[in-house]
Amino acid sequence: MEELLLARWQFAITTVYHFLFVPLTLGLSVLVAVMETMYVRTGNETYKTMTKFWGKLFLVNFIMGVVTGIVQEFHFGMNWAEYSRFMGDIFGAPLALEALSAFFLESTFLGLWIFGWDRLSKKMHVTCMWLVAFGTNLSAFWILVANSFMQSPVGYALRNGRAEMTDFIQVITNPYVWGQFPHTVLGGLVTAGVFVTAISAYYLLEKRHLPVFKPSIKIGLACMLVSTLLVMGTGHLQAQFLATKQPMKMAAMEALWESADPAPFAIAVVVDEKNKKNSFEIGIPGALSFLAYDKFSGEIKGINELQAAAEKKYGPGNYTPNIAQSFWTFRIMVLSGLWMMLVAALGAFFFYKKRLEENPFILKLLLWSLPFPYIANSTGWILTEGGRQPWIVVGLQKVSEGVSTNVTSTEIWISMIGFTVLYGVLAAAAVYLVRKFILIGPIDEKPVLSVLTKTKEATLWN
Amino acid sequence: MELNVLWFILVGVLFTGFFFLEGFDYGVGMLLPFIGKNDVERRIVINTIGPFWDGNEVWMITAGGALFAAFPHVYATMFSGFYMALFLMLVALILRGVAIEFRSKDESSAWRSTWDWMIFIGSTLPALLWGVAVTNLIQGIPINGKMQYAGTFFDLLSPYTLVGGIAFLLVFLFHGALFLTLRVEGELIERSRKAAVKIGLLAALVFLSLVGLTYTNTDLFKSGLASSALWGAVVVFVAGYVLLWLKRFGWAFAMSGLAIAFTTIAFFSGLFPRIMVSSLDPMWSLTIYNAASSAYTLKIMSFAALALVPIVLAYQGWTYWVFRKRVTAKELEY
Repeated sequence: MEELLLARWQFAITTVYHFLFVPLTLGLSVLVAVMETMYVRTGNETYKTMTKFWGKLFLVNFIMGVVTGIVQEFHFGMNWAEYSRFMGDIFGAPLALEALSAFFLESTFLGLWIFGWDRLSKKMHVTCMWLVAFGTNLSAFWILVANSFMQSPVGYALRNGRAEMTDFIQVITNPYVWGQFPHTVLGGLVTAGVFVTAISAYYLLEKRHLPVFKPSIKIGLACMLVSTLLVMGTGHLQAQFLATKQPMKMAAMEALWESADPAPFAIAVVVDEKNKKNSFEIGIPGALSFLAYDKFSGEIKGINELQAAAEKKYGPGNYTPNIAQSFWTFRIMVLSGLWMMLVAALGAFFFYKKRLEENPFILKLLLWSLPFPYIANSTGWILTEGGRQPWIVVGLQKVSEGVSTNVTSTEIWISMIGFTVLYGVLAAAAVYLVRKFILIGPIDEKPVLSVLTKTKEATLWN
Repeated sequence: MELNVLWFILVGVLFTGFFFLEGFDYGVGMLLPFIGKNDVERRIVINTIGPFWDGNEVWMITAGGALFAAFPHVYATMFSGFYMALFLMLVALILRGVAIEFRSKDESSAWRSTWDWMIFIGSTLPALLWGVAVTNLIQGIPINGKMQYAGTFFDLLSPYTLVGGIAFLLVFLFHGALFLTLRVEGELIERSRKAAVKIGLLAALVFLSLVGLTYTNTDLFKSGLASSALWGAVVVFVAGYVLLWLKRFGWAFAMSGLAIAFTTIAFFSGLFPRIMVSSLDPMWSLTIYNAASSAYTLKIMSFAALALVPIVLAYQGWTYWVFRKRVTAKELEY
């Protein structure tokens, strides 16, 4: 059993780490493409400087997402071989399609973009970045198709001791993915919006490079404002979907032990998992029913009833995810989102009134909002994946049945410590670089001739 | 054609593309600290693969994805069975990718030389490990009746598979050195040529031992296609070496690439219809039938692959056209 726990920890560590970089890649690729489009349309060199500056930060982030993503692809076979056998017929297809349709596209055109400034026409060059943005977001679609099947299986039959695909169209039109995909892509745009806004706010506070960062913060704020609103909307639709399709996750994230009609929305609880109740709770009557059904009545099933029903259907066992974790990750995610929406609105208001630059308080607020998208992204996924426990594929396979049977705990210890240390070192290097780039600022980039002279003078500015 | 066979061929094509393309990437990465004597030269060497390496690596990722989609049992058995080897490979690939991206982004020479050695390690280890892996597949590994790998990491290391690893490594080095002769200028061309001349001889010797050991340790030569492909690889490799002497670098590179392709074809057709040979009982080998996905999934994936692969080839080919000029110190964009 130790192997199972270790394999879960390793997957959790590497996947959360991977997803620190992915959302920014998803969103910032779009924003860099927008900036370069503005450059191509207007010919204004400021936009080119912006494109290059944000592009450079994008690249550091992008490569981290790429290399940690390879680990995730290998992981399914390495640590979750029995899952791969059971699910390969369905899960392998979107992964292969992701590589074929998206990874090739983003990696090839990013190479063209990085090295092609002088070799491609302006229009061709900006098209490359749009293809990168399209590719990264397409890859999100495929991996979410795969993930959605695990949350809510459709278009399959149980045959030959495994789940076999019977309807590809059903798999890719899974209603779950059409809740999850927009939410994830918008989460990426929120992340990019906050990233651009926060760093631009830093320069406005320092009163440096204003011609570059005033337009940058405009784009950042606009992106942040619109995408926080939309991400809330799609999140709400997702939750409504959960109420009917994954009632246990819904009950867990509300710490609702007994079915209720109308159901209250709990603001804070102290969970007593042993006695299957909350030893303290404070909530708004009827609010959960309203959130789930748009009216102040309607039953929300409680954990105890769902647990009993699951035992009846699947046999004895624990079918309840970690309640406190589900409850609090959901609230942290939502609060982070609300916070970002609020500061985006404030920032946009002051920007609109042309008083943002002279308001260090708001600028600092924007700067210090940088951690929030990361908190929201991580807690959102911990909720999603934690909330489907004990299932690896809801209703079809348990996590404990999916783990590799021939990988020893020693091996997992070695790889887990190895990845963790390596990831720590790389994070330090990446943060060092990004911080350095920010401190130096968007200095003019010309092919520097000093590289011709001697080793030490070679600069990194192209 | 039966879809199981089609997918075996497609996976073979993906691995062929991967070894051909990443072969020179790995080679260039391994040569980096030796061919590049100062920072400018090292940047030139890295930039020869700069626009391509990430796209090339996707060939490997796609091959892995294709195995997962078409032969999930192979994916499961191989990746869990080769656990420690793949862990090492992942560490290497992570270091390499990050190193290529990060090394020029800071001026300090300690920073740069550290990452340069990471590129070296990150290119050496996968080259070696892929050779070990491929030779293990055909020599046979302890796979039990439940399709589970029943050995340890050290069972993967035998004289034959180590020769396989070194042969892959040397052939990739040769391939990479030839690639450099086409992509750099001036003194660097000469340095790459000399490297290729030295490595080529060694590579030829080890490759011949690999062929010999393949004869004694595996049943590859029972397949007519496999044996002719393997001999074909020997012939084009030697031809490549001769062309190198004649300083026909372009042709020599084409030959080293062809040698890699023929070798991949040889191993795949030697395996057919097996994908992983069991050393415990031939009945327990994983084949394109007992390890495959359902006919429906194979059909869907066939449409997708046949539609997408030509498009990928077209735009990747175009990339090489855009960056066809030699990399010079005057225009180090990156």
